[in-house]
Amino acid sequence: MTSDNIKNSKNKKTTKWISNITLLRESQIMKIHYITGVAALFVVAIHILMRLIMPFNMSLEFENVILNYKNVFYALLLESILVLIAIHGFNGLRVILLEIRQTQIWERGVNILVIIAMIGIIAYGTRTIIIANGLSLG
Amino acid sequence: MNIFRKDKRKEIKNELPLEVSNNTSTSNKGSVKLRVFRVNAVQNPNDIPHFDEFQVPVKRWTTVLDALLDAKSYQDSSIGIRYSCRMASCGSCGMKINGIPRLACYTKISDLDTNTITCEPLPNFPYIRDLVTDFSQFFNHHRSVMPFMQNKKADIPNTNELTEYKQSPQDLDKFLQFSYCIKCGLCYSACPTVATDVKFPGPQALSQAYRYFADSRDSDKSNRLKIIDTNHGIWRCHFAGSCSNVCPKGVDPALGIQLLRSHLLGISKSEKKIAQLQDRSTNTYREEDGEEQIEKEDLKE
Repeated sequence: MTSDNIKNSKNKKTTKWISNITLLRESQIMKIHYITGVAALFVVAIHILMRLIMPFNMSLEFENVILNYKNVFYALLLESILVLIAIHGFNGLRVILLEIRQTQIWERGVNILVIIAMIGIIAYGTRTIIIANGLSLG
Repeated sequence: MNIFRKDKRKEIKNELPLEVSNNTSTSNKGSVKLRVFRVNAVQNPNDIPHFDEFQVPVKRWTTVLDALLDAKSYQDSSIGIRYSCRMASCGSCGMKINGIPRLACYTKISDLDTNTITCEPLPNFPYIRDLVTDFSQFFNHHRSVMPFMQNKKADIPNTNELTEYKQSPQDLDKFLQFSYCIKCGLCYSACPTVATDVKFPGPQALSQAYRYFADSRDSDKSNRLKIIDTNHGIWRCHFAGSCSNVCPKGVDPALGIQLLRSHLLGISKSEKKIAQLQDRSTNTYREEDGEEQIEKEDLKE
């Protein structure tokens, strides 16, 4: 086996690994996209309606916002909004970016970056919710 | 079985009173200015695209193709046009006429209601020369959806045992509309997704995918869905609907795409609504339920 062949086989292995990152078929991804979109509509509606339980300007005062976070159900609602919108939004971004260029490197790069960014945003948002809720991680 | 499809072009024409269409400035003058896009990308890659203008005599029935051929015959024989049947059957003479992709042989100058006719090559296709474009990519996409019947039970190797594969008129009607496609490329040229994404199969290929998917004689449905269920497949359609607007044969590729999507999502198994038959005696539309039973019995016999 020549050095070129070895390099090619190594490249093939890495490309296989990268392509296996997207385990889902496009229809399954789009199904998730639609479901998260509709679900986000409901939870965001509840989130906005929660502002109406007291005068609007009061509901956005620091103490009241922190009090909201202390409520476990409200914290779970915020977490679900975060997860649903992150999944829906980043997949939407992926769809737009895929149309810009059609090279394999670009497609894989976009897929990996979008997944990393989505996980990062969800992790950071979850951390904020946990801290505001008063739960200590350590 | 007669299927009555709506032809928007005919409807618009019928709405116009005859006097109005007679009094257009086009017919009064008896000639129009034809602006033809000129470029020779194959012989000279540095050729700068430009428009040549020709004054062409027209009658009420003159089509854009007739006018172009007139200019080619009597003024400039070097105009590059692709055409064949002159009756909207071959799909060769597709071009952008006054900004809209149309068949030149199917577009009457009197219908355009203007004195200046601008002819350009179809967008989303590479130029070859003047109004002639390269359809290689288009046909590659068409081939990729396997536009042919696949049935493992069909006894094709043993030709002696070939039998008729019966299909009810209802099953035929599920895909008949999509089989009218003449591969003229107008839908492909009007598609905004194709303009940005070269890997997108386009409305023509996707509607053909549905045509074979919906055919009751085809048995390779799951594989057909797999082919179009990719990163650059059916999900990249923005549903602009321009493909259906420009289709000269009433295929409605956007409908095919939406029906395929519903199958891919698995939420619905919806099919194209069966066309209603017109009762000629009463001139009213009637449901097929009664007939369906009779036709099924006929098939059994």
